[in-house]
Parts: sequence; C-alpha cells; structure tokens
Amino acid sequence: MDAVAKSTGARALDRERDTFPKLVRLNARRIGAKVAIREKDLGIWQSSTWSQYFAEARLIALGLASLGFARGDRVAIVGDNRPQLYWAVMAAQALGGVPVPIYQDSIEREMEYIIEHAEARFAVVEDQEQVDKLLSVRARCPHLRHVVYDDPRGMRSYSEPGLVSLDELRELGKKFEVGHPTHFDDEVARGAADDVAIICYTSGTTGAPKGAMLSHRNLIATAHNAALFEGLGGDEEVLSYLPMAWVGDHIFSYAQAIIMGFAINCPESAATVLSDLKEIAPTYFFGPPRIWESLLTGVMVRVEDAARPKRAMVHFFLRLAQDIERRRLGRQPVALWQRLLYPLGSLLVYGPLKDNLGLSRVRRAYTAGEAIGPEIFLFFRGLGVNVKQLYGMTEASVFVTIQRDGDVRLDTVGTPITDVEIRISDEGEVLLRSPGVFLGYARNPDATRETLEDGWIRSGDAGFLDHDGHLKIIDRAKDVSRLADGTIFAPKFLENKLKFSSYVREAVCFGQGRPCVTAFVNIDLTAVGNWAERRNIAYTSYADLAQRVEVYELIHREVERVNRSLAEDTVLRGAQVRRFLILHKELDPDDEEITRTRKVRRGYIAQKYAPLIEALYSGQDRVQVEAKVTYEDGRTGTMRADVRIRDVDVVPAPAAR
Amino acid sequence: MSEPSASEPLLEVDAVSVRFGALIAVNQVSLRVARGEIVAIIGPNGAGKTTLLNAISGFYHPDEGRIAFDGKDRTRLQPPDVAALGIARTFQNVALFRGMSVLDNIMTGRLLKMHGSFLLEALYWGPAKRQELEHREFAERIIDFLEIQAIRKTPAGRLPYGLQKRVELARALAAEPKLLLLDEPMAGMNVEEKEDMCRFVLDTNREFGTTIALIEHDMGVVMDISDRVVVLDYGRKIADGRPEEVRRDRAVLDAYLGVA
Repeated sequence: MDAVAKSTGARALDRERDTFPKLVRLNARRIGAKVAIREKDLGIWQSSTWSQYFAEARLIALGLASLGFARGDRVAIVGDNRPQLYWAVMAAQALGGVPVPIYQDSIEREMEYIIEHAEARFAVVEDQEQVDKLLSVRARCPHLRHVVYDDPRGMRSYSEPGLVSLDELRELGKKFEVGHPTHFDDEVARGAADDVAIICYTSGTTGAPKGAMLSHRNLIATAHNAALFEGLGGDEEVLSYLPMAWVGDHIFSYAQAIIMGFAINCPESAATVLSDLKEIAPTYFFGPPRIWESLLTGVMVRVEDAARPKRAMVHFFLRLAQDIERRRLGRQPVALWQRLLYPLGSLLVYGPLKDNLGLSRVRRAYTAGEAIGPEIFLFFRGLGVNVKQLYGMTEASVFVTIQRDGDVRLDTVGTPITDVEIRISDEGEVLLRSPGVFLGYARNPDATRETLEDGWIRSGDAGFLDHDGHLKIIDRAKDVSRLADGTIFAPKFLENKLKFSSYVREAVCFGQGRPCVTAFVNIDLTAVGNWAERRNIAYTSYADLAQRVEVYELIHREVERVNRSLAEDTVLRGAQVRRFLILHKELDPDDEEITRTRKVRRGYIAQKYAPLIEALYSGQDRVQVEAKVTYEDGRTGTMRADVRIRDVDVVPAPAAR
Repeated sequence: MSEPSASEPLLEVDAVSVRFGALIAVNQVSLRVARGEIVAIIGPNGAGKTTLLNAISGFYHPDEGRIAFDGKDRTRLQPPDVAALGIARTFQNVALFRGMSVLDNIMTGRLLKMHGSFLLEALYWGPAKRQELEHREFAERIIDFLEIQAIRKTPAGRLPYGLQKRVELARALAAEPKLLLLDEPMAGMNVEEKEDMCRFVLDTNREFGTTIALIEHDMGVVMDISDRVVVLDYGRKIADGRPEEVRRDRAVLDAYLGVA
C-alpha cells in the first residue's frame, strides 16, 4: 500500500489513482484480504476487508444506477458513522455523483436548507429517525426523489414511493448488472481528479451554511501530504466517532484510510464511544478540545472516588508528569530525580491510565478547532500520549499546519505541512495556499469571492508566523484591532493568557485606539481565597479580598508573566499589559456582563465601566466606583467601592539569539 | 396440536373473581385480548388492576371464573407453566437481579428456552456452547432493539430508574412472549423517558407482533398507544372500548377521569 501512497503524492495524479473509487479498487486488488472497516454489531466487532468494501460500494452504486442516478447527482448522506454510509459515499463518487453528508442531529429545517441548496436527488440514510425527517423534507423539496435506508427497524409499515431499503437496493443493483455488466467500470473510468468529490456544509455561527466543494485532487493531495508529513502507516487504527458531515471525519476515516489502506472502526452507538475507544485502542486519534476535556474530567472524577493513599499517589505522579512535560515543552532541563521517578509513575499510574482510556497505542493524536487549555494538553502529553495541535479548515481540506513530533509547543499550532504556503495579510489575517484549496462554495459565488483570492484562502483568523516558522493563531480577525500607534492588539489572546493562571477567573482587555493595553481582572474566589488562607490573610468578602494589597501583588506577578511571554513574541511585543485593576465584583451573566456560556460582552462592559477605563488611562492610582448589582432574587442594588489601579512594567525583548 | 385461528382471541378472561378474605379485589371481570392488540387496563388506585394481571400471569388463582390463553384453559396453572405458554411480564416495582449485569438479567429471560444437561453447560461444550451462543445473540438483538448497548455490562442496580424499567422490558422480551403484561411501565418516569418507552412498546408490538396488556396511569400515554381500554373500578369492569369511546363514557368520567 505504500506504493499506492507514494504515487498519489505527485501533483499530477496518475489516471489510475486520481479518484477515491479507483483507489479503493486498487486496495481491493492489492490488500483485498486486509481489514478496511470494523463495526460493532450485536456486541461483536464485525470486520469487512478492502475487497468487501469495494464489492459493497459497487453494489450500492449499481443499485443507485438502476434508479436513474446520473453524473453530477448529489446524494445526501445522513447518519452515525456506519460502514454502509462510507460505502454509499464511494458509490456516489464512482458514478460521478457528489456525496453531501449532513449532520445527523440536524433538525428538519436545517436538512431542508441543505438538500434544497445542494439539489440532492438521492439520500442514503441510517434509520427510521432520518427517514422520517427526509420524508417530510421531500414534501417540500420535490427534486429529492429517492431515499435509501439501512436499518429496517420500524420501517415495516412505510410504503412511500421512492423509499427503498439498502437490501432492496443491492438486489436492484444485482439485476441492473446483468443488463449493464460494464456500467460501473465505465463510470469509474470517466471520473477525474478535478471532479467534485464531496460538498461539506459548514455550520456557520452566522448566516446560512455554505457548501465547500472539494475535489478528489484536493483531498488526495492533502490527505497524502499530511500522511507523509506525519509518517502514517498502513497499520493505523482509527475510531470513526466524529460526525461524517464534518470534513475532519471525511479526511481521517475516508480519504486517509483509503490512501494509506488502514482500518477504521465504527462505534456501536454514540453512547458507547468511550468503551469502544478502550476496546479499539486506536493508533491515530483526533479529538476537539471538549473531547480531551471530558476524558480528563472522567479520570479526575474517578480519582476523587478512590481511597486516600491511591488518590495521593495519582495526584503526585500526575503533577510530576505535567511538570516534566512543561519543562520539556519550554526547552528547560528536567531534574534528575524527576527523570528517575517517571518510570515508576509509568508503571503505577500513567500506563494503567492510558490503557483504561484506550490511549495506550496512540502514536499520534490531534486537537484542533479552538485553543486547548494548557493543563489539559499537559495532562495527556505528560501521560505519554503524543497529542499535538493542528490547524485546519474545511476550505483547505483540513490540514494546514501540524506540530511535528519533537517540536510541540503550548501556544502555536505548528508548522505548515508539505505544499502549504502561509502568508499574513497587512491586516494580520492568515492567508494560505495549498493543493487542498477548495473549488469554491456550491452555488454561492459571492462567498467564494470573499474567501478565495488568486488561489489564496482568507482564513478569517488573525495570526502570525514566529521566528521558528510556527503559526500562532491569535484571534478571529474581526476581533483584532490596533493601538493608537498601530501595534496589533488581540484582546482574546491576551485574556486567554491571563486566564491560564488559576488565580484569574475572567479578564477583559482594552486598547483599541488607545496608547497602551489595560486590563480588568476578576480573581477566582476559590483559588485566591485558598491562597489567602494559607498566608493568614483575613478577608470578609469578595470585594474586600479583591482589593487586598497582597492580592494585587499576586495578580501583578501573573500579569508580568503574561508580559514576559509576550516580550518573546515579535508581533505582540508592543501589546503588553501596562495597567490593570481588579474588579470589586465578579462579572455575572445576571448583570449581562458575560453570556451564559461565559463569553465576555466587551462592548457592554466598556460602557458600564467607562469611568474605570478612563481612570486606567488617566494615571490615577485609585478610583471610586458605583456599580449596579442584581441579586439572585432579581432586586437590584448599588455597590460603592474604592478600586486600586496598578502599573506593570514593560518587559523588554530578550536579547537576540 | 391444531393452530388456533387468528380471529380467536389470544387471551380470554371469563367472569373471573379474586378474593382476599372478605375483600373482593376482582369481581366477575371478563375481557378478551385479540392477537396483536395493545390493551390498556386503567382504573383508580385499588381498582384491582394489578390483581387481575397477577391472575392472568398465574401468580394468583381466580376463585371463580376461567382464563383461557391461546385457546386452552389455563386457570389453574402455576407461573412457570404460564411463562412457558408465552406470557411474560414486568413489575410495578422493578424486580431485577440488582447485582447482575444487564446482559445477565436479559439472559435469565431466556431460561425457559434453554435445554441442556448441566454437565455440558458446565463444560461449555458441544450443543451447550452452540445454544449459549444462540441465546446470547438473541439477547444482543434485544439490546440493540431497546438501545441499551452502552449499559450491557453495568450491574442493573446501578442504573437509573428509567433504564431499569427498560431492562425489565428487555428481560420480558427475551422470553419471546406471545402476550406481554406491563404493570405501569411508565410510572415515575420523566416526559422524555415516557416518550422512549412508548416508542419501545409500540415498536415491540409492530416488529414482533407481540400482544400487549398494560396498566398505566398516564392518560396521555394510554390514549396514544392503546387500541382498546378496559376500565376497572372497585374490582368491576365499568367500560371496555376504543380510547375515544372510553374517554366519553359517563361511568368512566364519574369514576375515574373526573369531570373533563
């Protein structure tokens, strides 16, 4: 299979290897007896080989052809990760059609939009739940003609026209083949590298979803480049548990699996993912930060339930591992005693823990999508799980940058993979060009023009390349602004850095059009309260604690830490925090200062605390403040306080290396 | 053995009375349950619903009257024999083996279908092994059907109440019953759990053609899923008909539903 992989890497794709159906056919010939896909059914992992993969997809394709499937037809694919649905993806591609995977938990209205927009004539879905949604969508989208379902459960009484089960479709395919023995091969042969291979609808937070069209060339080149960059083998095991509609799953579970010929595993149900993970123990794993977070929480909850000696031991070794990992990532020396203790920790804690999580065989794992908390990242890396950060986007066939083994950092997303070029626009926006750059948004030339310029994609993210060539993502481009002197100012980036301190609960930074950066800080009552108690600092209330000189000292050190890390950064050096104050009250959703999901409402805070901001920029060292507070029962009151303001020194740039 | 005709009712209860001392819990009740039907038995507390169910399942024996199942008289049979005939039930208060896993609980439902020598089973050899695998596969089908894959290895006692009820249904289904008796399957459940349970009851009826008799207090559920409703009050049957008929019945309104 390595031969397959190597030859697909070339820019000009070989005609025999330029589409996924052709690659699957090749796999069926070369590694036909090797497991391609496993699914847990009736409690047992059932496997299908590459020759079965090909044969199944072929039969589905012939069945679709018997229903009048034409080149260019779009097929909605809806359901949990199931072998049959991956086969349906290939079947559609084999006939020159375009699969359009849709999130299985979409409500009817969302599904209707996509099916209408993509003009899908066919749908292949998992079960009754999806059939019900599609049948009512079909009532309003007349071009949707045929709905194929896999699981017959509950479907006994359905008799709608155009509704067929996958078994019936296979039978239709067998009959069709008798009359058209060469149809499938003919259609596959007509496929070419620049055909649209898939349309992924992105679930934008604003406005209607946009359908990114990716070609076979896009996917094959990018998936292959990333595989080479990371040294994937043909023996990888992947757990396919993320939605099929998400481009990431398409890359990991479809494109790379086919190109490298490795096996994917479909969990039994959404509820069993964690135990399936343990049984499969994948070697190649992807999880967005919330997955890593929930794995970590699961561990910590169970640790807290353990007996005291065990608990103490686990905590000790976890702290040790994280400390070592923090030093390693920071290129600092690791103490000899730590190095000597680590193997003992592996034996007692890390090994069993990894085994229990199903991460013991992981050779490389990724996190992407948003910033991951450093403690989560360090936890898994400390255990010895090679989790790395990745930056990608649908429009670029996922892979843009990856942290290479041995070059992992806490605050970057790594270096560009093979054939990816990155440029930073004058506005500080990350632009990129690669063989994976998409063909455009389906039926949306305006959006395509906005995103795609001369082959470069505008990512919408503000970032920069550091002196080692690592990409750092700062913020969404629209949140980034400039100080009065033109220095780039990324509020969320600074706030996240401040919040990485356990003493800081919230932070709000100001600076747009101002001479320097200032910050409001909310202390974390539990952490700071604990800290104060250990130092015999008495306090009466949150407001009292927040204004203690000692607490200001504590937070001052945290702000200095942030400034020090900024000083190492050529672009953001000028945006160090110069003055800060600790708010006398906690930012509260009841007061509309933050949202229920704890996102700072910058504009509202700037307006509400305007006198505090003026004081920050005026040189005063204290300010009187009156604030309206809303009590739990809905009554409001006014709170008066005297708030201190602190200056923080600017850290100069470190001497050039 | 001649196959009973399809038109013949699966269960015939004919003028059955059950007494506890001077108390007449069930008084001259007759009812028929046709094949493939879902029948709900409703009534105020103490109306005799559970007693009637117990009489049908063989736990109590009627003092008067006759019960015929599948065309044969079975008034005097003991519970195991009744179960062997194809009647399975769930209980008002969950009655699972709390320390056993969900899977093992479901396997106990297959007990009556297992035939084999103790020795072969102990050795897990030959026909005993084949049989065990068949039963396990059947149990897995039910696990799949009721969507409880995630808890198959969990001890039943550790599960939340709503899931325990579902496991109980699974065990009853494992016996491949012709008639399923459900004693308040939705009691104590939240709205979402009730909706799930309704779906499972309806799916059981449609997929396996199982005839179902259930006791339920939630009128919304009863009206939605049953083909026929039987109303008991003080041990007597006061109404019997389609849900919308029963809803309008004067005697029912007075006795039970209150003024609508």
